[in-house]
Order: sequence, then C-alpha cells, then structure tokens
Amino acid sequence: MTTDAEFDGAAGEDGYNFAYLDEQTKRMIRRCILKAVALPGYQVPFGGREMPLPYGWGTGGMQVTASIIGRDDTLKVIDQGADDTTNAVNIRRFFERTAQVATTEATAEASIVQTRHRVPEDPLVEGQIIVYQVPQPEPLRPLEPREVECRKMHGYREYGLMQVSLYEDIARFGEIATSYSYPVMVNGRYLMSPTPIPKFDNPKLDGFPALQLFGAGREKRIYAIPPYTEVKSLDFDDHPFAVQQWEEDCALCGADDTFLDEVILDDQGNRMFVCSDSHFCARRRAEGHGGRLSEGAAKAYAAAVGADRAPEA
Amino acid sequence: MDAETLLLRVRNLSYAYAYGSLLACSDISFELHSGEVLGIVGESGSGKTTLLNCLSARLTPTNGIVEYDLRGRGLADIYALSEPERRLLLRTDWGVVMQNPRDGLRMNVSAGGNVGERLMAVGARHYGAIRGEAEDWLQKVEMDLGRIDDKPKHFSGGMQQRLQIARNLVTKPRLVFMDEPTGGLDVSVQARLLDLLRGLVRELGLSAIIVTHDLAVARLLADRLMVMKDGAVVESGLTDQVLDDPHHPYTQLLVSSVLQV
Repeated sequence: MTTDAEFDGAAGEDGYNFAYLDEQTKRMIRRCILKAVALPGYQVPFGGREMPLPYGWGTGGMQVTASIIGRDDTLKVIDQGADDTTNAVNIRRFFERTAQVATTEATAEASIVQTRHRVPEDPLVEGQIIVYQVPQPEPLRPLEPREVECRKMHGYREYGLMQVSLYEDIARFGEIATSYSYPVMVNGRYLMSPTPIPKFDNPKLDGFPALQLFGAGREKRIYAIPPYTEVKSLDFDDHPFAVQQWEEDCALCGADDTFLDEVILDDQGNRMFVCSDSHFCARRRAEGHGGRLSEGAAKAYAAAVGADRAPEA
Repeated sequence: MDAETLLLRVRNLSYAYAYGSLLACSDISFELHSGEVLGIVGESGSGKTTLLNCLSARLTPTNGIVEYDLRGRGLADIYALSEPERRLLLRTDWGVVMQNPRDGLRMNVSAGGNVGERLMAVGARHYGAIRGEAEDWLQKVEMDLGRIDDKPKHFSGGMQQRLQIARNLVTKPRLVFMDEPTGGLDVSVQARLLDLLRGLVRELGLSAIIVTHDLAVARLLADRLMVMKDGAVVESGLTDQVLDDPHHPYTQLLVSSVLQV
C-alpha cells in the first residue's frame, strides 16, 4: 500500500489529514501491524485513538484501514455481509470523504475489504487485504476474567480452558453449539478469536491467500493472519468441527453453498433465506440464477414495466 | 507405592509479607515421603496457609528451598523451575483443594467440565473419554451422576468440596495440598467428607499436606503433625504422640481447648 507521508492536509475535507488519523498514529499502528503479522494470532496492544463514532461500531477496523490505505486503493466495506447497511455505508462514506479513495461493492475489485461479521463469498486473492472489526479479541475472556492469567495462558500455550467451553456446549446441547466467534488455533501456536464471523466462514481462514488484519478499538488490540497460514478450528476427536447447514437454498439467487440470513416476510410465519453477502447474491441474479422467490419478484417487476405481453410477437 | 521415596524436602523456609515485617513463616524445615499425610495445625494467623502457599508454588518464599521429586528428574527446587513447568506441575502431579470452593472451582462451568478441565489441559481431546472419566470420579466422591451437567453454584457446600476433590484427583496427582478442606461444613457432612478423603488417600497411595485448625480432622487424616504458632513450628511428631502427649505449652493449650461433648 502506498501512503503519502507528504500529503497536504489542507486538501482533505475540513483540514483533516489523509484518512483522518495523523501520520504519527498511522506509523504506530503500522508498527503494531508488522509485529502482528510476524506473530500470527498474537494480540498486539496499540494506542487506540478516539474515532468519530462509538466503540463497537468498528473503530478498531477503521484505525487499521486508515493506517494502510493509500490513494490508489479501492475500498469495500461490509456489515453482516451486506454493502448497504448503516455501518457499512457510513464507514465507506467516511473514507470517501477523508481519503478520497475509490469505493466498490465488488469483492474482486477491492484492494482493501473492511468487514464486520462476514468473509465475502467471492474468494479473495493475493495482494488483497481484509480488515476485521473486532468487538472482543480475547477468546478466553468468558471463562477467565483475569487479564494477567489470560496472557500467561497465551504465553505458555495453555489452552485447555477453551476446550472446556466446547465441552460445556456438548454437555448442554449435544453438539458444539458455538456458531460464531468460534475459536481457532493459528499456525499451531496462538489461540485466536476470528471475531464474530459465523463458523461457516472459519474454513475459509485456513490457507487464505489475502492478508487478514484484525482491529479491536475498545480493547486496543491488533492481530493478524499472514497469507497461507494454517488456521484450525478447535474441536473434539468424537465431535469434529462442522459448519452450519441450511435446508433451503437462497430464495433470490438459488445459491446452495453460501451463508444464508433468515428474513421474516409477514406475521403469518412466512420467511425466506437469502445470501448474507448482498453483492454476491445480486451478481448471481444478474447472471440469470434464480431462487424460489425470484420468479415472483421477476413477474411483479415485468408486470410493472409492461413487459409481460411483449414475447407474444 | 514405595514408602521410602522422599517426595518433598523443605529447608529453612521463611516468608515475610513485607520487607522487615514480622515473619509469617520462619525457618521451617521438614521432609515428606510418598504415601504420607502431614497435618499442619495451629491457631488463626499462625502462618499455616502462608506455608501451604509457599509449598505449593503459589507464593515465592523470602528465604529457603522447597524441593520436590519431579517424575524422571529427582529432587528439584520448585522455584528454580520455569513458570510454565511450575504451572504444569500444579495441574498434573499436584492437587490443591482450597478452603473456599469458589477459589478452586469454576462456578459457571458444569460439574463434568470442572472435573474434565485438567484432562483437557494436558491434551485430552475425546469428549466421550473425558466425560466417562468425569462420571467415574463423580462416583468416587459419592456425587449423584444426575448432577453432572449442573453448575457448582447450585451445589451445597459439601458437594462443592467433594467436586473440588474430584477435580484435583482426576489427573492422579502424587501430592495434594488441602487448606481447611472441611471448613464451613456441618459435622455430619464433615464426617462423610473425612471418611471419603481417608479412603481416597489410602486407596490411591496419595501424599497430602493438610492445613487445619480442627484437631479432630488432623487426628483422623494425618500420620504426622506440625504445630505452628506465630510463624514457627513449635512441635512436630506422629499425630497420636503430639495429641496425646503434647510437650510444648502451646500444644498443650491447643489440645486442652478442644470441647469435649
């Protein structure tokens, strides 16, 4: 990523520096990112700055993005897989204003993807960077409230406790019921929370060709997975890791291999399942794929534009 | 088990909570052989718990050496070990039963998970095997198997204490440290717990160091006794000998203070 250190601050909106953060802060964050890449899965503390939005809305991810973004970059921002939700729209607009970078909804066109809760369905490639917004970087926290003890556990690779949480799942529900923030071992060394992505996305993290950066704003931690790193989801020998399954395909594009969101249609119990990755779904529909409800939607559209009589000739 | 094996050797152990302050433990030396149960008795504030913490690698002594017979390595100074080695020792070869079960149990994790934690910490990754072992141990400490998925915060004090014992013994430790294991329990529950402990210690050939202010507990469980007062050991010897024929004035006071019913 090229970053212009001699950038003339006056050119940004209202005199803000390029990409909002000042250059010293960006250097500090970049040093932390380098350390994080050198120690895959290790949580590097950093001096988190106040961002102009509340903690929990992506301040960590934004600081990482602001530190690595350059003029030539193209940014895609998603929230729960969708490009058009409040959080995604606002963060995208933030960088449009403060860094004047190009933005896109297409995963393939983006050089940086900032994400909350999902890994895009389209595969990322070498040279791309995906930035995750992280609410709670410490996977051991629910079981071990003491920070010093958690750090010792990481330092000495004592991860039996994480297994206890999976044991509790099986004892209570008969299976590992953890469906998001599913803990992983990175490079056989550090236990890591993959942030609240669904465990559906966990297998994608293993041997991922793009650089993965994780920023937690409130907890002030950065961690990373370099390209092509081994990422293994924890499990038991007799209860192996498995991802979510759906009985239906996407109601709009018919995809049978994507992460689906449930959408309530009315108060009569009708519902549909649609791809959570809005760009992926839209592209498939444009390519002519259809699902259970897309026919009705297409008919309604055709009737509205008066095209339903045209083919008779 | 070979009764002659020297398991723990303590030499001139002292501990001061702050520099120049009174010694909570002063110049304590003793040896413990495998299969032996040592009782430490004395009044509140005599330094019993501090001594136990120093012995169990949880409080670095100000002075003195604590040596333990590591498997395959022989006697080694536990405070010269690296911290991960000490932590491994604490969850494999040793057990620590706390006075307050809240300190020794994970109150938000089910009974089965509490017992299984040590197994998972040393690498067990087969759910069925872990659960089987947990059930086995819950039975050994006479707990109802129907409670295996209940959380310890919903257990009675006696059950919590028994669960703590199961949780510690599951890795088959050679040495167990107990700090007032029957504190806060009513006498009938105490009696059952003592009975259980005595059985387990004999059956498994465990060595144990038990801190208690209750002479009846010491009489039932301990082979040898050390009497502490103001941080120092004032008298030590075989349990019956110390309790039936106390020499030191403080021990005489302690023995005569026990209420006769």
